[in-house]
Amino acid sequence: MTNEIILAGFGGQGILFAGKVLAYGGLMDEREVSWLPSYGPEMRGGTANCSVCISDEPIGSPLVLEPDLLIAMNLPSYNKFIGAVKPGGKAFIDSTMVDEKCQRDDIDCFYIPATQLALENNLNGMGNIVLIGKLLKETGIISSEAIKKAVEKSVPPTKANLIEANLKAIEIGMKY
Amino acid sequence: MVLERNLMKGNEALAEAAIRAGCRGFFGYPITPQTELSAYMAKKMAKAGGVFLQAESEIAAINMVLGAAASGVRAMTSSSSPGVSLKAEGISYMAGSDLPCVIINVQRGGPGLGGIQPSQADYWQATRAMGHGDFHILVYAPCSVQEMVDMVSKAFDTADKYRMPAMILADGLLGQMMEPVTFPEIKAKQPEKPWAANGHGGKRNHNIINSLYLKPEVLQKSVLERFERYEKVKMEESDAESYLADDAEIVVVAYGATARVAKSAVNSARAAGIKAGLLRPKTLWPFPEKQLKEACKNAKAVLCVEMSMGQMVDDVKLALSCSKPVHFFGRTGGVVPKPSEILEEIKKIGGAR
Repeated sequence: MTNEIILAGFGGQGILFAGKVLAYGGLMDEREVSWLPSYGPEMRGGTANCSVCISDEPIGSPLVLEPDLLIAMNLPSYNKFIGAVKPGGKAFIDSTMVDEKCQRDDIDCFYIPATQLALENNLNGMGNIVLIGKLLKETGIISSEAIKKAVEKSVPPTKANLIEANLKAIEIGMKY
Repeated sequence: MVLERNLMKGNEALAEAAIRAGCRGFFGYPITPQTELSAYMAKKMAKAGGVFLQAESEIAAINMVLGAAASGVRAMTSSSSPGVSLKAEGISYMAGSDLPCVIINVQRGGPGLGGIQPSQADYWQATRAMGHGDFHILVYAPCSVQEMVDMVSKAFDTADKYRMPAMILADGLLGQMMEPVTFPEIKAKQPEKPWAANGHGGKRNHNIINSLYLKPEVLQKSVLERFERYEKVKMEESDAESYLADDAEIVVVAYGATARVAKSAVNSARAAGIKAGLLRPKTLWPFPEKQLKEACKNAKAVLCVEMSMGQMVDDVKLALSCSKPVHFFGRTGGVVPKPSEILEEIKKIGGAR
């Protein structure tokens, strides 16, 4: 079993961090993982995306071209990647940021007002993690025990006070 | 004891591995896609009791490496393609002075300033002409973050053993990606360096580190001695991974990040009933000629895949003495080949025979 995931959005939305949480989650489940950021001349407000692979086999190319799972957090990213999702794949779209609906009938699309949900729950800026929660609920690719450890691993020690908030964001996504 | 597996970027893993291998002098100048390495060194090297210095230029950095290496310290620099070109002069001086060091090249697209995406277009530079004059450097080609860690330590040891510079030839994809890694235990001891210019306390004659020989016969002698050493390196240090090659009719040859993509293509080819295999050079100089010949013993054709216009393919043809048809497929300028493209090439060659 291999999951190839693309996470995409604006710089500053925590795209790379969300990808790291997924990759660590896979690692905590003792699977093979890779994480690869786009590293163009990006900056806050520009586009950012990353490829995450989670597999039972050694990972070949870490560069995901046709994801089976997509997280899109803004319109340019949605437009860029929605057509690339493999038939049978799933897309998780932040509907606070993207007001389009996908016309494809060969993939499952989930529309979550993640940025808004985060804001309402005093978790400003954690829409990325809300989407991770929804992705985990719909796919079950990472165990709940592993994702908790993954958050603890991914949050830098200097920001350890944010671990609880991240776990809450995952829960909100799971319940949506 | 089970070592903890952590996610780490290739660039950071190279830096941590170097510190653990006893590197105590790092001199660099920032450049994408290598910068995390320097940044990690800036944070950690002083705590390890070593020197981190961001030089005023690449040329200054490599000459600082020369100075540190001459005093017997394990020294390293890192850069990406255009920056490595600037270091060429200093690397030649180090080879001429028989000084060990490790140079990291996290390759990006060229020529000129080129781009910042992954590339393997510096193969010729690394293996043929890493500066002026008759000389070689050791060239290691990792294909995963874990192998980057393992090869840094190997590169320092081998550079010390033969008193010659060693290069880790990586690329932007390997430098930027995160994978799980474990680190070996810190080594307690490094080899003695009786040749080092590190102060003699009046107890021995002074050591001279130099690459200038004005008498042709004397210079020739020093070069000939060095090339005798290179023969030994060729005998003992070449390394490669052979994958499903034993019964392979088509052998794909690829190194570094490209080898990962090629391996996926080989697996797909096998699933489609094509007897494909992979030979992945882990050292580019010395080139693993023996291993390649062995891997190609049943091959009807060979396919070399690179992120360049075709550079290693020369060494593949030389190693096989052109006894088998050698095909080439490449992407360049920062474009990473797709598994499906390589599979297409394998099918084309398979069908053409």
